[in-house]
Amino acid sequence: MNTKAILEVKDLHAWFGNTEAVKGVSLSAAYNAVTAIIGPSGCGKSTFIRCLNRLHEELPGAYATGHVLIENIDIYDKKVDPVSIRRKVGMVFQKPNPFPSLSIFDNVVAGLKLAGVKRQSTLKEIAEQSLLSAALWSEVKDKLHAPGTSLSGGQQQRLCIARALAVEPTVLLMDEPTSALDPISTAKIEELMTELRKKVTIVIVTHNMQQAARISDQTAFFLSGELIEFGETSQVFTAPQKEQTERYITGRFG
Amino acid sequence: MMERHFDASLRELKEQLVTMAGLVEKAIEEATQGLKTTKSERFQNVYELERKINQCHISVDSACLKLLALQQPLATDLRLIFAIIKINTDLERMGDQAVNIARNAQEYIKSPPLKPLIDLPIMFQEVREMVGITLDAFVKNNESLAREVLKRDDRVDALKNKIFKDVLELLKTSSEQVEQGLTLILIARNLERIGDHATNIAEDVIFALTGEDVRHSTQVATMKTALNE
Amino acid sequence: MNHTVLTEHMTKKYQQRKITNRVMIGLLASASCIALIPLLSIFIYVLAQGLPGLNLNFFTQLPQPIGETGGGMANSIMGTLTLILTASLFGIVWGVGTGLFLSEYPPGRLSNVVRFSADLLSSIPSIIIGLFVYTLIVIPMRRFSLLAGAVALGIIMIPTLARSTEELLRRVPVHVREAGLALGLPRWKVILRIVLLGNSRAISTGIILAIARVSGETAPLLFTSFNNQYWQRGIDQPTSSLPVQIYTYAISPYEDWHQQAWTGALILVSLVFMMNMMTRYLLSPRRSSK
Repeated sequence: MNTKAILEVKDLHAWFGNTEAVKGVSLSAAYNAVTAIIGPSGCGKSTFIRCLNRLHEELPGAYATGHVLIENIDIYDKKVDPVSIRRKVGMVFQKPNPFPSLSIFDNVVAGLKLAGVKRQSTLKEIAEQSLLSAALWSEVKDKLHAPGTSLSGGQQQRLCIARALAVEPTVLLMDEPTSALDPISTAKIEELMTELRKKVTIVIVTHNMQQAARISDQTAFFLSGELIEFGETSQVFTAPQKEQTERYITGRFG
Repeated sequence: MMERHFDASLRELKEQLVTMAGLVEKAIEEATQGLKTTKSERFQNVYELERKINQCHISVDSACLKLLALQQPLATDLRLIFAIIKINTDLERMGDQAVNIARNAQEYIKSPPLKPLIDLPIMFQEVREMVGITLDAFVKNNESLAREVLKRDDRVDALKNKIFKDVLELLKTSSEQVEQGLTLILIARNLERIGDHATNIAEDVIFALTGEDVRHSTQVATMKTALNE
Repeated sequence: MNHTVLTEHMTKKYQQRKITNRVMIGLLASASCIALIPLLSIFIYVLAQGLPGLNLNFFTQLPQPIGETGGGMANSIMGTLTLILTASLFGIVWGVGTGLFLSEYPPGRLSNVVRFSADLLSSIPSIIIGLFVYTLIVIPMRRFSLLAGAVALGIIMIPTLARSTEELLRRVPVHVREAGLALGLPRWKVILRIVLLGNSRAISTGIILAIARVSGETAPLLFTSFNNQYWQRGIDQPTSSLPVQIYTYAISPYEDWHQQAWTGALILVSLVFMMNMMTRYLLSPRRSSK
């Protein structure tokens, strides 16, 4: 594995008005690594990854300070346009959210089409590539013009992955991508992630400890907005260094 | 800290293992007494105990497997069950060694003794203490006790080597009692194996408590330096 | 109580419940039927009164001067259509725009004021709006006009459209908007191209309902577009419309004008009915599953 860090977070703080949700987090992820973020509800893990594509600040009263370097470019630099950042950092959400009334095809190429790409041949090619990468192509290739919302939950989520991949991001953020899915769809997406990591660097928030253990290389444990422990997944899950991590992953929290 | 339903299962599992360890200790004790007193019921006790130990071996394994499958333990829980699985195997082997000692001792007492036993009783004592400390370390979650066991293993090894050397010396001068000599060497070897198993258990206890792998420490250290270069 | 007795007891209870259930369903069904009576009677009455006067001339000819029979309401039909079209032009842009503002931009004092004003505006009697436009446009221009009528109708459309658009867009999950933003699209593009266009069907339903609501308005038109016995001549000229024409003819003392009014009413009711049917069609599950 290439050990050069593609994602580097330095002293990141995130706020909702006067409430500090992320309190000075620093971590880094190597090229093509899968980083899992775990922690109890409300620990700031979702807020944290929403800072990695500057989506956090879209909420009313929300803002963030600190540095997030993606391929050595600080996305919190004043000169950087948050909109252009989001093209390099894709995101998959907790609930499958295909665009309503758009076909499967239009959903996948929405990012390109609305950014001004017009050539049909290019769009078709990218749609096929992205659907292939999202392991959905064989299931939808005969009904590309059916509405995205006509697919099953698991397929919709893979459609959302395809849509995120179509703009060719360097980093893919996944915010509990399987929490609304059944075990088989979950397994498919986990399987898919091991393929995706060859192309993108993945940061995934998950409530499912076993999932974090299965799919990630490194794990970060958040508690009350702070990064308590960050290390190799195998080490965090067999011999965590911190008492709080130990308590959380063995279910002794409370 | 919140008490989980899982904690009760773990406690039960640990108790099962401690009971098994008690049987093992007893078996070693009975084999020792058998050799000392030459009473055959002592040896019968050893064989009886070994059958019980085997039953424990099976039930501890299946309890561990069940907990792994149903609780999917992590961190300390995972390390503890992982260690128990290995300790279970070592205890079962210790039981087997106790039986081996009993068989060899029964063989040995059929003929007149080769020499007065001096080092062997010391070795018996050493090993019994080692096993005792190991089990204490496990029950009390005491890392320093476990580390003490690791140091003691060298003493047992030294005793075994001394017995080997002495018996060989004797056999060189009088070769009529080769079989008796060989039996003594086998008993020393059995004891040394029990010591090794105790060492393994102590290492597992340390791993369960700290997550540190202390086995073959010199080897691991060299591997690490080799990797880093 | 032994087992058989218990079972018998339960069966009896069950029978009683079944009967109660049927009685309740019957009561509710008849209540709904009673609610339908006024609607049906109006429709049947208008149909019965209006049909005799319905002929091609009604759609093609201008009203005849007093004393002459025949003629039609061609100019009023055209006038109503033109009024609606002109009113929609700015009513839709303004109303949907306000709805977008209310749903897409962070809640604050301004949006609260806007929302409150919209609610207030929708409860103001339409005649007041007519008077307002009268002072705003008719007096300075010194003339009743199509423009004034359209502005009045447009203002009436704004609050309903704003609130229905807001409600519809609020039902679009936040995650859909975030998915758009996460693709690197600017917010305005996400709102227009994904949120609004993605729900165009629901939005158009709101628009049609708003149009249906204003197409029968009479009071505000009396002060604004007034009436005209001839074809519409320009946006700054008074214009005829179905509701005002019906009103004028209905209060007249002439029998054949009463007939004309009834036929006009039939056309107006059919127009509103058709628009309602259109929204049903747009929202039908068959279309949405396509």
